Amino acid sequence: MEQFEPDRLTPAQVAAMRRSFRNGRAALTRRSLVRAATGGALAVGGLGALSACGIPAAGKTQGGASAEDRSAEEKVVNFSNWPEYIDVDDSGKSRPTLDAFTRQTGVAVKYTEDINDNSEFFGKIKPQLAAGQDTGRDVIVLTDWLAARVIRLGWVQKLDAANLPHAFTNLSPQFRNPDWDPGRAYSYPWQGISTVIAFNKKALDGVEVKSVSDLLDNPRLKGRVGFLSEMRDSIGMTMLDMGKDPGKFTDDDFDAVIARLQKAVDKGQIRRFTGNDYTSDLTKGDLAACVAWGGDIVQLQADSPDVDYIIPAGGYMTSTDNMLIPNKARHKTNAERLIDFYYQPEEAAALAAYVNFVSPVDDVKPYLEKIDKSAADNPLILPDRAMQARSHAFRALTQKEETAYEEKFAKLTGA
Amino acid sequence: MSTLTEAPPPLRPAATERKAPRSRGRWTPYWLLLPGILWLVVFFALPMIYQASTSVQTGSLEEGYKVTWHFATYWDALGEYWPQFLRSVFYAAAATVLCLLLGYPLAYLIAFRAGRWRNLIMILVIAPFFTSFLIRTLAWKTILADNGPVVGALNSLHLLDVTSWLGWTAGDRVLATPLAVVCGLTYNFLPFMILPLYTSLERIDGRLHEAAGDLYAKPFTTFRKVTFPLSMPGVVSGTLLTFIPATGDYVNAELLGSTDTRMIGNVIQTQFLRILDYPTAAALSFILMAAILFMVTFYIRRSGTEDLV
Repeated sequence: MEQFEPDRLTPAQVAAMRRSFRNGRAALTRRSLVRAATGGALAVGGLGALSACGIPAAGKTQGGASAEDRSAEEKVVNFSNWPEYIDVDDSGKSRPTLDAFTRQTGVAVKYTEDINDNSEFFGKIKPQLAAGQDTGRDVIVLTDWLAARVIRLGWVQKLDAANLPHAFTNLSPQFRNPDWDPGRAYSYPWQGISTVIAFNKKALDGVEVKSVSDLLDNPRLKGRVGFLSEMRDSIGMTMLDMGKDPGKFTDDDFDAVIARLQKAVDKGQIRRFTGNDYTSDLTKGDLAACVAWGGDIVQLQADSPDVDYIIPAGGYMTSTDNMLIPNKARHKTNAERLIDFYYQPEEAAALAAYVNFVSPVDDVKPYLEKIDKSAADNPLILPDRAMQARSHAFRALTQKEETAYEEKFAKLTGA
Repeated sequence: MSTLTEAPPPLRPAATERKAPRSRGRWTPYWLLLPGILWLVVFFALPMIYQASTSVQTGSLEEGYKVTWHFATYWDALGEYWPQFLRSVFYAAAATVLCLLLGYPLAYLIAFRAGRWRNLIMILVIAPFFTSFLIRTLAWKTILADNGPVVGALNSLHLLDVTSWLGWTAGDRVLATPLAVVCGLTYNFLPFMILPLYTSLERIDGRLHEAAGDLYAKPFTTFRKVTFPLSMPGVVSGTLLTFIPATGDYVNAELLGSTDTRMIGNVIQTQFLRILDYPTAAALSFILMAAILFMVTFYIRRSGTEDLV
């Protein structure tokens, strides 16, 4: 329980923090001034200008993480999320769960769908967060690995457990203790994502697909197999197939997986490493089978009966998209109330029925059954205990590992 | 100058009056240039300086990046990614040649033969720009689908056996092969070839053709000796407008290609966004810029057309 206690600083500590903040900033300014001046004195064709640039160390230069919380005066919360990741009513104009939140709390939600890609979004918010400025967002939704990175960099705020009673009680045990945020001190899942093997029955034409090995080795699937450009999903699924644990692996294990995939790439077995665009390839039959995200498959199945999925015997990967509150957010309490709101089972059910990803909330089933019986029985939306037991998460990486692994994976996919 | 601001115009002494327009005139061009210069400084010069600085920095996201004049980044980047550089230049060159072969007859048709259809055809050439680049490229995935009519026809004509033997395609598909990427590039940049070709062809005086005919030139000789030389400005600017953006393009390789068709634009994107190796990404961008600048200069010199662009 202890890590859920909100940080309470003594006035002396606060004063000390402020002091170090000011001194830190001043020191930095002096340094860059001196550097620029030296460069100017050299006066060799713009060298000074070049040296004066440079990117300060992330997370280490700013003093205070939180800004003054204006939640009480400004009844608003700025929520940045991915496109088509929330329930929308039939008219397509209003979002029922967000409206319910506003009715319940009196807090208006400014909902923006401006996250299309983790890496890209990181590039977008990095300058502000690195400089210790407000991004204008109170809640952002990031996939595990990026959530882990921003926590590691100190760019997000610790959550106040007092504002999160539902979230604390109702979070599914499966998601309680990721190694990158033990006890969920900084983040709560928005939705979970199962990574499975999907296939197009018509395109398979009788070929049996049961495991990642079948994807990599069956010559009848040559050039019609897809993997995901998300490193942790492709590597994790292959690692499980090789009998290794993505939760604890070594550099050698990683290299072995890369070598296994490289062989399939060289043979021309793997057609492409894709982002979300694999869905159209799969329905058209250009891809006969591929590593895919569960939520997409639920939606594809509604339109094309040929699409189906399996969960390999070796297990499957589960990741989450997580709600976080960036540093200097102006409405922290409102943001926490929003996070907590989605941990009420009836709201979580309304969301799950619409977006079809894994609900991170316990005891959603009776509520979801009332809305959509088939969704409640779909293990891709509500995994049963047996399925949860086969789910694995990719372990947190150090910054060094992350760079090295991403580089190796980039080489595999053609750089 | 102070007299100018203090005294109202009618009271100015004659001497200053004679000088005033001249001294005002001396500064006018600069004032008029100011918006342009500011624009160049803010959106071109400053980013270039920042990027140049980034390319010689070392460090990491957590420790920060410092300028250490680490020029080896350039050498390492080139040593690691030269295949993607060569591939980009090759694909862009292939697309440019294809654009010229497709675009020249069409521009010729619009300029000399279209008559009252001219405007309609011009609109058809420009119309694709009304939709997004991304959507147009994605459309090619449907056109070239494995089970689609185009690939089916190519297969029944056994054309794909030939391209497959040449290494342009793989098996009996077109998507996710070099051919698909070059086709995508050709399609996307074709209007940039047609428009300059059209403007220079359209300017040719029709009487020159008649004169050539009077001098017993056959139609082909007329084209070779009169039309084509006069359209050279269009050819040069068209090829440049196609080749330069095609070299740096990464969308076509991303959507229509596979692991062995990744271009230098894809590498830069990966380095910048996924691996977060900003120095290498900046160095690669500079190498790409330098390479294009070098090739373009060489090309313009060779075609002897400095006055064309």
